[in-house]
Amino acid sequence: MLDPDRGLSLTIARVVQRLQGSSLHSQLERQARVSLHKPEIRLESLKEDIKDFLKTSGWEKKLQNAVYSELNVFPSPCHPAAPPEHIKEPLAYMRKAQGSWEKRILKSLNSMCTELNIPLAQKRPANEQKELLSKWNEMGTDEPDLSLFRPVYAPKDFLEVLMNLRNPNYENGEQPSFRNHLGLIQVPLKVKDIPELKEDFSELSLNIGQLGIDDSAQVPPEFFENEHVRVGQKVLAEQDSAAAQQYVRQGCPTALRADLWALILNISNQPEDILYYEQLKSNVIQHDLLVDSLIYKDVKLTASNDDYYFVFEDYLYQVLLCFSRDTSVLEHFTYSSATPPKSYIQGKLGMEEYAVFYPPNGVIPFHGFSMYVAPLCFLYHEPSKLYQIFREMYVRFFFRLHSISSHPSGIVSLCLLFETLLQTHLPQLFYHLREIGAQPLRISFKWMVRAFSGYLATDQLLLLWDRILGYNSLEILAGCTC
Amino acid sequence: MPSLDLLLRPPVPQVQEIVFRNFYTAFLSVRVQRPGPGGSRRWVTCLRNLCLMPCPHTEEGSQDYFCLHRHQMLCDVDQVTAMRFILRQPSPVWLHFTIEDLQIFPPGQKSPQKDFPSWLSQLTPPEQPASLHGELPDPEKVSTEVQQMWVLTEVIRARQAAARIGRFDVSPTTLLMGTPTLPH
Repeated sequence: MLDPDRGLSLTIARVVQRLQGSSLHSQLERQARVSLHKPEIRLESLKEDIKDFLKTSGWEKKLQNAVYSELNVFPSPCHPAAPPEHIKEPLAYMRKAQGSWEKRILKSLNSMCTELNIPLAQKRPANEQKELLSKWNEMGTDEPDLSLFRPVYAPKDFLEVLMNLRNPNYENGEQPSFRNHLGLIQVPLKVKDIPELKEDFSELSLNIGQLGIDDSAQVPPEFFENEHVRVGQKVLAEQDSAAAQQYVRQGCPTALRADLWALILNISNQPEDILYYEQLKSNVIQHDLLVDSLIYKDVKLTASNDDYYFVFEDYLYQVLLCFSRDTSVLEHFTYSSATPPKSYIQGKLGMEEYAVFYPPNGVIPFHGFSMYVAPLCFLYHEPSKLYQIFREMYVRFFFRLHSISSHPSGIVSLCLLFETLLQTHLPQLFYHLREIGAQPLRISFKWMVRAFSGYLATDQLLLLWDRILGYNSLEILAGCTC
Repeated sequence: MPSLDLLLRPPVPQVQEIVFRNFYTAFLSVRVQRPGPGGSRRWVTCLRNLCLMPCPHTEEGSQDYFCLHRHQMLCDVDQVTAMRFILRQPSPVWLHFTIEDLQIFPPGQKSPQKDFPSWLSQLTPPEQPASLHGELPDPEKVSTEVQQMWVLTEVIRARQAAARIGRFDVSPTTLLMGTPTLPH
């Protein structure tokens, strides 16, 4: 718990430090310098005039959006005495559980490597590089032999781990009592109840119009849809992230969705972003990683078999192969309970200067991972923009769905929220399912881990993801599951 | 009601901050022993029922770090000879509860702080725009303002940026060759 003033100063210092030296910072400096030539800037009131200029030319808004983005992504500062692992995850037993889970995944990956005798990474020979470059846009036509590969883990393995999660300081008696939860999750995390959810998600109440419901064919558009679309166009014209985030809580018109999501996630696809994507692409061409085969396998097993997403198979490779090599993703590990796996150059085990993260982005894909990208392909067709949107969605939301943490949007809290809501409001259904040996969470877990991708029709899925962005929280997934 | 007693010899002249890590304590009260009138020593409550865990049956706040400042106390914490931390946990579900890593800081010795950029504490207050009806601006004033901006620019330029530049080298020798060597 931090003193409010000190908390504010720490937050300001952190945001400033992160924005310093960024391209937005240099652009602002350049704009300020350029503005000195303008007649309305006078020397006597230099500071004020430049500030006014930045406001009218829209640069202040860009800065506001960048600050807002930082505030949304990074958690509020803890007490300075808190060590970094506390910021990742405050509860010691959860950190331990996450560590054991990661060891298991690595063991599985290692044993697959040894069995198949494939290196974790190797440089591609020149002719192979040329070949890959020539068919970059149609990697889906490739049919490599992936029969020996298997996914490192599937959501049901993860569910088993979560079921066995226990707080050693909690009275986990065998006798049924108020201490034991009736569902599968047995950790006493704080989850919201219906009154709290009603308050937090007030824009979803019955008397407020929603896209997806109030724009159906039977409802005349002048009641809600036309006005909502008009407001959306205005929000886009203003280029205000915070306003966009508020707006999408009622759903996004299809025509405006791509731009609104990019505005909320603060993605502007600048030349340096395109250049960064091209660099990642050249990395893919030059080096072959074992993780690539896992990605291929996953896409072939999941997205290629899906009626809605099989057309985007090539895009998925272009995004996911680059994603594995993107070291900027490592930044999210400061606020994620997970830790990226480290590997050592052969013969130098244990020597830190020869350690690298493997894969370079620290994220080992699991069965169904490619489904996080698939729905986005409907919105974005330019690969570098699609890539940036996916990366931002991952480091803000999706990483919480496959790591053990006590965060309110973490998968453990979502499961507990789902079970609690179901028990409270549909107790007969819950009891019946328990009696027939089908715990409700076993059915719904995979829906939540994939954020419903592949389980809902795309238009409904995108409306759901509108709300995830609007509320900056995944709790809506648990509510939706109920 | 368990409590932690701290005897402070020699007495702490002034307590600025108390920092600790919680372990499943829901409410904390603190009493201090101070010299009273006539040379005796009295116990005074300086913190009453501070809530550390808003929902004692659940994990919220259970392992968080807390900091108590002088200005949050109910009384002066000067010349303290002993402190008593009274811990309460109304929920029966927890096996143990306590507080850990207790540290007490006198003024001047700040608790470990993250590195602030020094100019943050010297931010200028909002200025009144100068009224220039018929007068030339004061040259001294103009030059100091321009100088301030110059210094600010120099400081920013000198500071190492946290943002990524976007270039990187991929040297084939840093990736792994041959059989995998991931540690188990």
